[in-house]
Amino acid sequence: MSDTANVMATIGPPDPGEPTSPTLTAPGDIAGRSPSGTSGIEGRTPFQLAWQRLRRDRVAMISLAVIVLIVLMAFLAPLAAVITGHPVNEQYRTTGLTPDGLPRGPSSEFWLGTDDLGRDILVRIAYGSRISLLVGVASTALTVVIGVVIGLAAGFLGGLVDTILARLIDVVLSVPFLLVAIALVSITGPSLIVTVLVIGFFSWASVARIVRGQVLSMREREFVEAARSLGSSNSRIMFVDILPNVLAPVIVYASLLIPVVIVVEATLSFLGLGLAPPTADWGGMISEAQNYYTTSWWFVVFPGGALLVTTLAFNLLGDGIRDAFDPRAERLMAK
Amino acid sequence: MVRFLIRRLALGILVLWLITVAVFGLFFVAPNNVARALAGRQATPETVAAISHRLGLDQPLWKQYLDFVGNALRGNLGFDYYHQVPVTTILGAALPITISLVLGAALIWLGLGVFNGVISATHPRSFTDRSLTAFSLFFYSTPTFLLGILLLYVLYFRLTLAGHTAFPAGGYAPFSGGLTGWANHLILPWFTLALVSAATYTRLTRASMLDVLGEDYIRTARSKGIRERRVVVRHGLRAALTPIVTQFGIDVGGLLGGVVVTETVFSLPGLGKTAIDAINQQDLPVIIGIVLFASAAVVVANILVDLAYAVLDPRVRLH
Repeated sequence: MSDTANVMATIGPPDPGEPTSPTLTAPGDIAGRSPSGTSGIEGRTPFQLAWQRLRRDRVAMISLAVIVLIVLMAFLAPLAAVITGHPVNEQYRTTGLTPDGLPRGPSSEFWLGTDDLGRDILVRIAYGSRISLLVGVASTALTVVIGVVIGLAAGFLGGLVDTILARLIDVVLSVPFLLVAIALVSITGPSLIVTVLVIGFFSWASVARIVRGQVLSMREREFVEAARSLGSSNSRIMFVDILPNVLAPVIVYASLLIPVVIVVEATLSFLGLGLAPPTADWGGMISEAQNYYTTSWWFVVFPGGALLVTTLAFNLLGDGIRDAFDPRAERLMAK
Repeated sequence: MVRFLIRRLALGILVLWLITVAVFGLFFVAPNNVARALAGRQATPETVAAISHRLGLDQPLWKQYLDFVGNALRGNLGFDYYHQVPVTTILGAALPITISLVLGAALIWLGLGVFNGVISATHPRSFTDRSLTAFSLFFYSTPTFLLGILLLYVLYFRLTLAGHTAFPAGGYAPFSGGLTGWANHLILPWFTLALVSAATYTRLTRASMLDVLGEDYIRTARSKGIRERRVVVRHGLRAALTPIVTQFGIDVGGLLGGVVVTETVFSLPGLGKTAIDAINQQDLPVIIGIVLFASAAVVVANILVDLAYAVLDPRVRLH
């Protein structure tokens, strides 16, 4: 085994900090892989390249289409209420419940059945998508902003700032997230803002760690030296010169974080810490359905299916984005 | 090595201290009405004040905190507000349940994840690879509580209706009461937790193995005429194991502090469910005790992961 280790030592791990500066892309390098096979007179940015690769990824494109549909559903939720004629919080105690007071299954009146209070599940799913998407995107955005700023500062400024921020990252990564999130929400009382803030404030550390690592390897490169010799300020170098170069892994991470956040939000709702009733929210709907799963399968299956399709679509798209930004993976697989 | 351990332990203690400050501060900044809840609706202000006094809630915050830290250092995490049971006793009762759940599930997800990952990596882009990737991504995208409810519906409810009562609806049977009862109560929770977690390992193993199998020394091993299976397992998997061990340590460490969702769905009174109940009752000593234990588990797991690095990869030097 020792000879194995030596061989590995000489090869070493692949350099994750390969520069992807939009301005430094060599056209010759990409010409072979561009679909049109052009001579590559105009250099494409890594983002254009990634988009080209992503566009050829059928699974990712289908996922993107599904996500667009879900976004449309969120925007057009009131339309669902108009078409079915059932307002989101309206309880149909006579038509929507069986004589025993149980939810009614799918029918021409209630396409996806009703819940325990006789409300239309279809309309509530449509409204619930707003909460999931809003929390998913807002929390992820907050996470990325905090993580990028702290990661940039730690990696670029170094010294005492880096020591303190690196310890802070360690502390946040050691916090039992779900427990503390539940405790916080139970104190402040659930609301959309609290959910977004709690998720954002406990998730940035991973982003910060990725960015810090990238910046550390970027800091010593020639283009940073060049910027400095031109008299650029620290903040200009950080945000104008370095930031675009560390963005690719952040975008990949963020795209895969959205489904995680959507699940966390649904989990909080499921544990009774979601938005106050009667707000329609997928996790909350599944939580209510938990007591009826033996009699009313549709009550669990449709909100659960909506949640699953959403997270699956985001995960598949995130996977595609990761592959698109990492042409090395493609080469490895095509070996 | 010793210096590394001392440094990491010191850092770990710093982390735990910061967490106690944060949790303590958090709960006292918010209006606290534990005494009122305990005293009942009809209680006079005097009764409420007396209960406040008995629980030490009328003391200044800094004094309560110092008392807590002083006792904690002597291994006493205080008593719960409602039944005056020592928090350490509560933790001691809940911990075996969480450990049973996590270790059983960990074996399943590790076996499933690594096996699928190796198969995927040795047949890249094949139908098997795609199917396994789809399979793992599907469960990875499934919220734990949803999978738990679906397993309960199919394997408990439907099966029981069909006349085969194979699994209980939830609850816990202690190990001392017999192996079969214990395992039977845990099978559905084990698979719920394992299926959701396995995907991460499938993907990690696949990526890591693809990296390793592309190395020159693998070609060397093959050209020496070593059987393919041996090349994959002995030369490939061993080198590919490092990221998997890291993830495993972090996951197990994180889960030992309480598997909140799975324990809630299957009514397992482990640390996670105990914590949720305590949070709903504002039972501060229990919450702090569990959060502290959970953080300690993460800290210890991280140190163990770094040690495992050095064992698995001779190039790593700890300092």
